[in-house]
Parts: sequence; structure tokens; C-alpha cells
Amino acid sequence: MDFLENVRIALRALSANKLRSTLTMLGIIIGVGAVVGLLAIGNGAAASITADVQGIGSNLIQVIPGQMRGGMGGGAASSAVLTMDDVDLLQDNLKNTAGIAPVAQVGATVTYANTTDNQTVTATTPDYLAIRNREILRGRALSDADGERAARVAVIGTETARQIFDGLNPIGRTFKINGVQFEVVGLLVEQGGSGFGSADEVILIPLETGFTRLLGTSTVQSGQRTINSILVSAADPDRLDTVTGDIERLLRREHGLAAGEDNDFSVFTQQEILSTLGTITTTLQVFLGAIAGISLLVGGIGIMNIMLVSVTERTREIGLRKAVGARRNIILGQFLTETLVLSIFGGILGILFGVGIGAITTATGMLTAQVTWESIAMAFGFSALIGLFFGIYPAYRAANLRPIEALRYE
Amino acid sequence: MIDITEVRKIYKMGDQEVRALDGIDVHIGKGELAAIMGPSGSGKSTLLAILGCLDTPTSGSYKLDGLAVEKMSDNQLADVRNKKIGFVFQQFMLLARTSALENVMLPLTYAGINGRERRRRAEEALARVGLQDRMDHRPNELSGGQQQRVAIARALANSPAILLADEPTGALDSKTGADIMALFRRLHDEFEQTVIIVTHDPGIASQTNRTLRIADGKIVGDDWHPNGRSANGTEETVVAAPAAAH
Ligand SMILES: Nc1ncnc2c1ncn2[C@@H]1O[C@H](COP(=O)(O)OP(=O)(O)O)[C@@H](O)[C@H]1O
Ligand SMILES: [Mg+2]
Repeated sequence: MDFLENVRIALRALSANKLRSTLTMLGIIIGVGAVVGLLAIGNGAAASITADVQGIGSNLIQVIPGQMRGGMGGGAASSAVLTMDDVDLLQDNLKNTAGIAPVAQVGATVTYANTTDNQTVTATTPDYLAIRNREILRGRALSDADGERAARVAVIGTETARQIFDGLNPIGRTFKINGVQFEVVGLLVEQGGSGFGSADEVILIPLETGFTRLLGTSTVQSGQRTINSILVSAADPDRLDTVTGDIERLLRREHGLAAGEDNDFSVFTQQEILSTLGTITTTLQVFLGAIAGISLLVGGIGIMNIMLVSVTERTREIGLRKAVGARRNIILGQFLTETLVLSIFGGILGILFGVGIGAITTATGMLTAQVTWESIAMAFGFSALIGLFFGIYPAYRAANLRPIEALRYE
Repeated sequence: MIDITEVRKIYKMGDQEVRALDGIDVHIGKGELAAIMGPSGSGKSTLLAILGCLDTPTSGSYKLDGLAVEKMSDNQLADVRNKKIGFVFQQFMLLARTSALENVMLPLTYAGINGRERRRRAEEALARVGLQDRMDHRPNELSGGQQQRVAIARALANSPAILLADEPTGALDSKTGADIMALFRRLHDEFEQTVIIVTHDPGIASQTNRTLRIADGKIVGDDWHPNGRSANGTEETVVAAPAAAH
């Protein structure tokens, strides 16, 4: 009785019961596939979010209205706003900065020829590009003159150019934002890195144009133009804390906040955003991991069920095999081989399934799924353990019975 | 060849004891064709399982070809079952979804016989029971009698010295049962195998040369009828054990 002979017996036993073998393997495939696929999605999401934030630039300080308590998940006071007065104040008083740009964003309907699309339009000042480390690939950037004239011009990202103009050179072409005609004057260098709100999916227009043509009256509160955020670029990374402190001091005074009162705005540096996102992405990964774990468990229970149902039949089979002269170790070897064959086949199919899930997710363009060896090893190991336990344990018990007991087992 | 002395098999059910075998002494010589009869629950199957090394007695000794079975290791017992004994069950006990040929090859596989030789011997065994043209059929494609023939072929595959059958005709109609019994007789006559058959059927027992009667775990009768005639006691002839026995 050599090893190959044992493999042959195992294969014969497996093919003699194709349904049971398939169902058992299905449990492994689903479990392994879910773990590999979901963890790949989780890793991909985490990597893409982190990359997006890192792309913002390390000197960046972002001021947004409302107080964020306990990280990004905290609620913002709805009445809090940032106004152009705040921007002017910072522009006049803030030192150690390389640029300050107010940002007003609005979701708008974009039309060109027969295509209509919903896009976020960002109204801002010329400083924006330098602050965000963005450069012009073709055409020109927005100028101060554009702002003064409230010119209907736009600088767009490569992804947006693809979506609206479908590969045509966008420079000089006109399209409509909420029915207002705009001319594309510049195209941004591609930043890459897919993700939620890709950096290449962007339409920039002059701030003044935004206020007069797009944003409407809802952005004006008590005669003040409100904005979504103020971007500040520190002149030097070492000055980040100083600048952040100055911003807080200036805005508190401007907003008339008494000592001990909470800020009605929030100031983030990229570092803080990264660490906050870190907790979010970890939560996401834990969440996906938990779902994957449950799938693995369900797959395992499936295997257990099938094995338990077949225990009676298999116990008699073991009794018969012993009755015709199979030694104990041969029986155990046979069942071990069966289980290994199922686990390995199922595991490989499950990995392919999981990689497939990842590939499909990547193909949707939402994010780039990242399959890790750890998830493969973990899923494979766990399913092999389940298979081993539920396949071998009954066999081990049966192999230790006297043949007559195994034959009579009910 | 088979020597059993003072064999007891006691099952403990809670604080109750079931004495399935209660002091059995029996000697069965090489080449005998014997029947074991007795009422249901009298211990026939228990005795046959012990003879076939499928079970071990609670006490007493069992010598097979002079070797003490109770002293054998698990692996030695497996080898004895593999090479010396062929066991036929009332319920056939064939592997489902597995062809007749592969069922018969099972004991050969465990004997370490591989490849063409294994196939040849399995085919030969199937031919002996008249199933040479049913080799690729699965059990569910065969009649009860044919299934029992496959089981007998399996028991014959390693040419064991002893063939044990526990009510081999019990699940068959009387015509098919008679055919199976004729097969046993033929195998015994042709190959001089020791054949022991547990049966309820006096007609079957009458075709053997010896009938052991068992009741409440004890031997209560041992009738010799070497001419294979009636076993109901009217015409039996008691003779000594064959000379070949020792
Ligand atoms: N595994 C067991 N546990 C408990 N009692 C058993 C077991 N096997 C057999 N018996 C008892 O032993 C006695 C003899 O059984 P058995 O040898 O099967 O009888 P027979 O084959 O003559 O009908 C019966 O009373 C039966 O209930
Ligand atoms: Mg019985």
C-alpha cells in the first residue's frame, strides 16, 4: 500500500460520491473565496483612501465649518458656517503660508452634445492648484482675471475629460453646467489612484463665477457668502502647528467665541486626516473580515453537516473496509487523503473565486482590490482545519471501533 | 483449524449483563461445511463475528491454525481478516456507487496486490460466482442474488481458507437462496474451503455436513450429516471429526 495507491482509493471514494464531494468542496470554496475576496476589497479600499489623502499634499491644512468631535464620525453643528469674511481675515493676517484658497462645491448637471452627467463642481481661486500640488497638462490655469470677470471657464481633470468629451481634446470646447455654458481652458495632469472621489474627476471654475452663476442664494447667509472649506498651505511642514494654531485663534476671535466655548469650525492637517482615516479603514477591514469569517464559518458548518450526515454510511464503509482487511492506518490515511484532496481542490477553487471577486471589483473601477498572501494562507489553513476535523475525526473514531461495531453502526 | 474454548461474550447494558455467548467450546476442522442454527438472539452472529475476527471475546480462547487470536495486535487481526477469512453478510455490505469489480478488488488492494494482477484475480473471483458479464455494474444495478454473489466473490478474492456467512440467504427469496447455497457447496467441493453458514433455514442447513445448534449463548447440539442430508435429527449420523483436523 503505497501513497499513490492511497490517493487512488481516495479519488475513487470521492468520485463514487460526487454529490457529497461537491457539496463539501462548495463549503470550502465559499468560505475561502469570501475571505480572500472580501479582505482584498478591504485592503484595496484602505490603500486607495490612504493614497488619495497622501496625494493632497503634506503641507495642507483644511478648515471646515462645524466641530468634529471624536474624529470624523462626530456630528457638526449645522448652523456653523465659514464665510468669505473668514477667508479675507486669514488672507490678511495669517503668516507662514504658501497659499490660501476658499472652496465652494456643488453637485451639478453637466451636458455636452448628447451626454448628461452629474459632477461635483469646485469653485475656487487660482491658489488652489498650488495648494493641492496639481499641475496643468494642457491649456492654462484659472487666473485672477477669470475671477474678476466671473468668466465662464473651467479647468478639468483627465477622468472628467474622458467622461464628458470621450477622448476629444477638451481645450477650447464648451459644455454646460446646469445649463450655463463654460469653456474648457485647461486640463490637469493625471494624478492616478482610483478611489472614492478620484482626483482626476474634477471640474474647477473661478470662485466668483461659482457664486454668481451656479451656487444660488442658498450659499448666502445673512449677506455673507458661505463656502465649504478653506485650504491653507503652510510654507514649511515644520510650521504646520504654528499655522494651525494661528488659524484657530483668528477664527475664534472672528466668530466671537468665548473662552471655553467649543470651536464652530475644524482644522485638519493631512496627518490628522490620515490617522482618522486609518481608524475608518481599519473598521472597514474588520467589518469585511467579520463577514468573511462568518462565510468561512457557514462554509465550515456546511462541511460539518455533510460529513455528519454521511458518518453513518461512512462508519459502515469503514467497518466493511476493516472487515476485508484494511489496517487502521490505511483507513486513516485514506480519509486524510480524501480530506486533503477536497480541501486543496476546494481551496484552490476558492482562491480563484476570491481573486475573481477582487478582479470584478477592480473592473468596476471603484477600487483596486489587493489579494494578500496572509488572507490566502489564513483561509486555506482554516478550511483545511475544518475539513480535517470533520473529515478525520469521525473516521478516526470509526477506525478505532471493532469492525463489527462499525458495521452495525446506526 | 478453528479451536474455541470457553468463549464468552458479555455486553453490559447499564447495570444489566447480556451473555451473548456463555461458554462456547467448538472445534471446526479444515474443509468442513458447517451450519450454525438457533433462535433469534441466541448468539449466532456474535459467534460468527468472533470466528471471523471482526470481534473479540470477553473471555476464553480462540486458536486459528494454532495461533492465539486474542493475543494478536490490531494489524495482525486485519491481516488475518484479509488473507485467511472471507466474510459474507446478510445485507451484502457492498460499497454503493462502486462497480462489482472494484468491490471485489477491495481485499486485494488491502493485500497489497496492485495493477493487472489485482484485476485478474477479481475477474476470476467474479467468474467463479457466475458474474463475469456483470463486472462493471454497480450494486443498485444488480438483483439481490447478484449482489450477494458479488459479496461472495469479494470474500473469495484472496482465496481465504475459511468462508463465513451470516444468514447469506436471509435477504433473498427461497429460489435465489437455494442458488446461493448451491454456490457455497460448489465452492466447498471445488476448493476445499472451510465454510460456516449461519442460517434459520433447515433446508439450507441440511445441505451442509454438520449442524451446530446454539441457544442462549450455549452450544446445545452438534449434528453430523456428512452426506448432506436432512438436519432435522431423523436421519443424522454422528461421526468423528475428520482426520485432517489436527
Ligand atoms: N452490540 C451489542 N450490545 C448489546 N447487546 C448485543 C449486542 N450485539 C448483540 N447483542 C445481544 O446479544 C445477543 C445475541 O445476539 P446475536 O449474536 O446477534 O444473535 P443472533 O444472530 O443469534 O440473532 C442478543 O441478545 C443481542 O441482543
Ligand atoms: Mg444474527
